[in-house]
Amino acid sequence: MLNIMEVHETNQMIEQEKLDVRTITMGISLLDCATDDVTTLCDNIYTKITTKAHDLVATGKAIERDYGIPIVNKRITVTPISLVAGNACHTIDDYVAVAHALDRAAKEVGVDLIGGFSALVSKSMTPAENLLIRSLPRVLAETDIVCSSVNVGSTKTGIDMNAVALMGHIVKDVAEATADNDSYGCVKLVVFCNAPDDNPFMAGGFHGVTEGDAVINVGVSGPGVVSRALDEARGKDFEFLCETIKRTAFKITRVGQLVAQEASRRLNVPFGIIDLSLAPTPAVGDSVGEVLEKIGLAQVGGPGTTAALAMLNDQVKKGGIMASSYVGGLSGAFIPVSEDKNMIDAAGSGNLRIEKLEAMTCVCSVGLDMIAIPGDTTASTISGIIADEAAIGMVNQKTTAVRVIPVAGKGVGDSAEFGGLMGYAPIMPVNNSSCEEFVSRGGRIPAPIHSFKN
Amino acid sequence: MNKAIITVVGQDTVGIIARVCTYLSKSNVNVLDISQTIIDGFFNMMMIIDYSDADKDFGTVVDDLEGLGEEIGVRIRCQREEIFTKMHRI
Repeated sequence: MLNIMEVHETNQMIEQEKLDVRTITMGISLLDCATDDVTTLCDNIYTKITTKAHDLVATGKAIERDYGIPIVNKRITVTPISLVAGNACHTIDDYVAVAHALDRAAKEVGVDLIGGFSALVSKSMTPAENLLIRSLPRVLAETDIVCSSVNVGSTKTGIDMNAVALMGHIVKDVAEATADNDSYGCVKLVVFCNAPDDNPFMAGGFHGVTEGDAVINVGVSGPGVVSRALDEARGKDFEFLCETIKRTAFKITRVGQLVAQEASRRLNVPFGIIDLSLAPTPAVGDSVGEVLEKIGLAQVGGPGTTAALAMLNDQVKKGGIMASSYVGGLSGAFIPVSEDKNMIDAAGSGNLRIEKLEAMTCVCSVGLDMIAIPGDTTASTISGIIADEAAIGMVNQKTTAVRVIPVAGKGVGDSAEFGGLMGYAPIMPVNNSSCEEFVSRGGRIPAPIHSFKN
Repeated sequence: MNKAIITVVGQDTVGIIARVCTYLSKSNVNVLDISQTIIDGFFNMMMIIDYSDADKDFGTVVDDLEGLGEEIGVRIRCQREEIFTKMHRI
């Protein structure tokens, strides 16, 4: 039978250490909404989402109450819109109309964000995909909770450098289109390599074509719990440290598994995966940076950071994987700068630089995330950053991504405010040495030799 | 059997258990086990209950107990048992 100390430990995790379930995300296939008329398409999309996800938020709240565990976000992912709307959308206006339909449907069911205004162009772009990408500045400026992602590369296909070059311009245009709001539009846009089909986190989540009609995916959190557990590991060796992280990750993930199964049962939608990521928030004590510092760094960003993060990421997976029947999504420690108090401080003090963050992305999910850069950074420099990240993902057979915000009108020394879980960030300096010639060559970087396994 | 865990945390005072039990009795909720201890200077009580035959839905019990806690000046939570068993039992 349960004892009072076990019950106290769980409740302390929830109340003091900010243990929560970060998101219940319902993936919804829109493939059956496809048609050649944009108005009908919008109606089909609206109806399907508002029908399938009608009870999502209420169910999430009921589970929160029954188990006493906060479920911070309820979200929806949909099939990449380029696959659904290609036949109906012939102008940017058409794509904007579809985005508004998604925005309306998501607001109607009360979710926080909806992801999937996406294009998968890892080898090359179709005209429809190209058009969708070019609609993003308007889409992200005119809608409130629609998130977008573009997959520009994979280990199997190489990197579509035409898409990389285009995305540099698009990120800039989105920043300009939302200039009066610290370029907030870029917060809703992720450029991926090896994007997973079942990612429950935003802004990069979409419902991949390998998925069924609807699915429940859950993202857990818990850097605060790991951080607190590491207080007991102070001065101990790596074996003790690793055991502590694994044990904690197991406990956190079991809560996520429980919530996922319960949501799946109550909504009568199949359970998909648990995403094992440690996801920080800007709140004090809910920081991956703090965990790294407790492992032994004076400040995140200094020498030792990459090794500490590699170890943390591995132990979180080892502990979490036994706690869940299906693990997927991104599953690793997140390092979004603006969403992590200790990372914000380290970036502000100059200890954490983009080059170090890039090294860190080699050993964790997901990439250069939520990094505010000067508004006058050129499109080709942003493309170069995207290409570098994509190359890391392609060669290491892992997901990588870029979500940088070139904050219009601001430079190094300023800071940008995104609000809520998205946090705030000092503008970080970027190496402006030109890569214009490199990114404008056109064509694609071939898949690496180790991708040929057949 | 539908088990849940009630926890009471706060300053010890006369009649906490009595008032919680009175509410449970009126709601036809069965108490299976009670334990209490002092953690970090605070009174901690845990009850394991069976709410299979409760005359109201579980959400109402949760809300009512939270309200009762506010009246008494302690924190009362009522959570379904699985969140604890999943975390602490393989």
